[in-house]
Amino acid sequence: MTTHSSIPVLDLGGLLLVTIQGELPDDAAVALQEEVTETISRTGARGLIIDIGSLEMVDSFLARVLAEVAAASRLLAARAVLVGMRPAVAITLVELGLTLPGLATARTLTEAAAGFGVSIEHAGSRGQGET
Amino acid sequence: MIPERERVELVHLPIREDTDLTVIRHQVRSLARLAGFGLVQQTKLVTAASELARNTLLHGGGGEAEIRVLDGPDGPGLRVVFTDSGPGIPDVERALQDGFSTANGLGMGLGGSKRLVQEFRIENPPEGGARVTIASWSASFPARYGV
Amino acid sequence: MIDGPPDSGLSSTEALSAFLRRRTEQIAQRWADLPLFQAVFTVTRDEAVEACQAVLSCLVEVAESGRLEDLEAPGFLPARRQLVAMTASRSRSGLSIAQVDREFGVLRDAVLDMLAADSSGAAPEESARLRLLLVTLFGTLRVVVVETMLQENQEIVQRQRQQLLEMATPVVKLWDRLVAVPLIGMLDSARSQVVMENLLEAIVEHNADIAILDITGVPTVDSLVAQHLMKTVASARLMGAECVISGIRPAIAQTMVQLGLDLGHVTTRATLADALEWALERRRRRERDSRIPE
Repeated sequence: MTTHSSIPVLDLGGLLLVTIQGELPDDAAVALQEEVTETISRTGARGLIIDIGSLEMVDSFLARVLAEVAAASRLLAARAVLVGMRPAVAITLVELGLTLPGLATARTLTEAAAGFGVSIEHAGSRGQGET
Repeated sequence: MIPERERVELVHLPIREDTDLTVIRHQVRSLARLAGFGLVQQTKLVTAASELARNTLLHGGGGEAEIRVLDGPDGPGLRVVFTDSGPGIPDVERALQDGFSTANGLGMGLGGSKRLVQEFRIENPPEGGARVTIASWSASFPARYGV
Repeated sequence: MIDGPPDSGLSSTEALSAFLRRRTEQIAQRWADLPLFQAVFTVTRDEAVEACQAVLSCLVEVAESGRLEDLEAPGFLPARRQLVAMTASRSRSGLSIAQVDREFGVLRDAVLDMLAADSSGAAPEESARLRLLLVTLFGTLRVVVVETMLQENQEIVQRQRQQLLEMATPVVKLWDRLVAVPLIGMLDSARSQVVMENLLEAIVEHNADIAILDITGVPTVDSLVAQHLMKTVASARLMGAECVISGIRPAIAQTMVQLGLDLGHVTTRATLADALEWALERRRRRERDSRIPE
């Protein structure tokens, strides 16, 4: 019944990493939401990092999906961190009135992982959000 | 002043299913880029178009988007008109309030979109359905803000 | 060309255009020696003569159209480009608009002299009418010149404003991954928008996790600017950076309270130094925390 989101959910030993790349159609976003919560409950992960550094746009639908993923993670005792949002996307979301107060954020993957006590030196973790 | 010629370019796009929203976002983005919009302005317009296209799909039961490239005395700009044959928007004022819930989203669809563009109009045409028009101009900053 | 009797049997504007056409070469030669053309076209005299002919052919066209007082007459359109180049050159030499206007006024006198010589045998009322038309035509030309210059000035002002906007909002890197914007002077809606975009871009560029917005040098803010500041803080947070506002003057704090702006979840510090201390302390604590696995 569920469509596959085609976005890999990586398990880095108790820490899940989701990198959203390019365009995310509505049904793929919903599928991803289900997949992530399912993976958290299955693996008992304590953290979730969602990297949106390559997203050129986040509208209210996707913002809702992200907020709901974070809320569901919290219920499953996992902390979600949103990483790499671009300036134009942030300005637009704030203008829309969507400041997503319940969502933790970090600038880079390295920084977000460090928050979970995991040290990664990822080549792509610096200089995110380039056009 | 030498009067600028009104060059008009029109693109009609259907809004029948989810994936049509992706096409509209791409079209608006590339036309806005061509019209010389800055990155922030592009993103605002694309986001507004995405909100309204989804609104057309979910509330209007589908319809179409008409993207028009503007090149008049105000400089290059883009106008997008969303039309559907649904029930229309009976209480426009209420629909524009933040938090007024559309089927999906955070209830920021219409009111939020209004803040992302320079021209915003909701109409219920006599032939039925709803028509929402948005437009932005690339030269809006800083001139339009009256530095 | 043989100088015939002053164009009798023609309408007055036709007579005027005929006169200008007939005398184009002589007028151009006279004009080329005037300070206006001499100063602009310094390389060769031929260049000046050519420019004079170009302006004259525009005037002939305007005269033919009969729209002597119409600034929008199509004949003036090609002249504008020429005039822009000339007036810009004169402005660069330090001449005021009034001085350039006066230089253009002298063009008329040269033509009037020639008209007087031409119509020595004509009926006095006929030559008076031609004179009047000529004065009208050159009057319109002068207005076009002044208008062109004002338009040019406006464009320059607009450009400089944009440059000033960008210069006036420098983002400095204070520490590793710590950026700051020390704002000085009045903030208006446009400038605060530029500040917001520059600061957010700098956060990306330096991978900053903390940004300081210092408004010590800002005398007052209005509600729009205050909202921009709040939006900047909210946008930075979405991007994963904490933004602290320092140096809020009592008057500004009052304004913000009166506007009902909730600074509750915005970190503020009295001075830039306090903000820096806060940032470094925060950084230390965060690093300590991340060293101990949960």
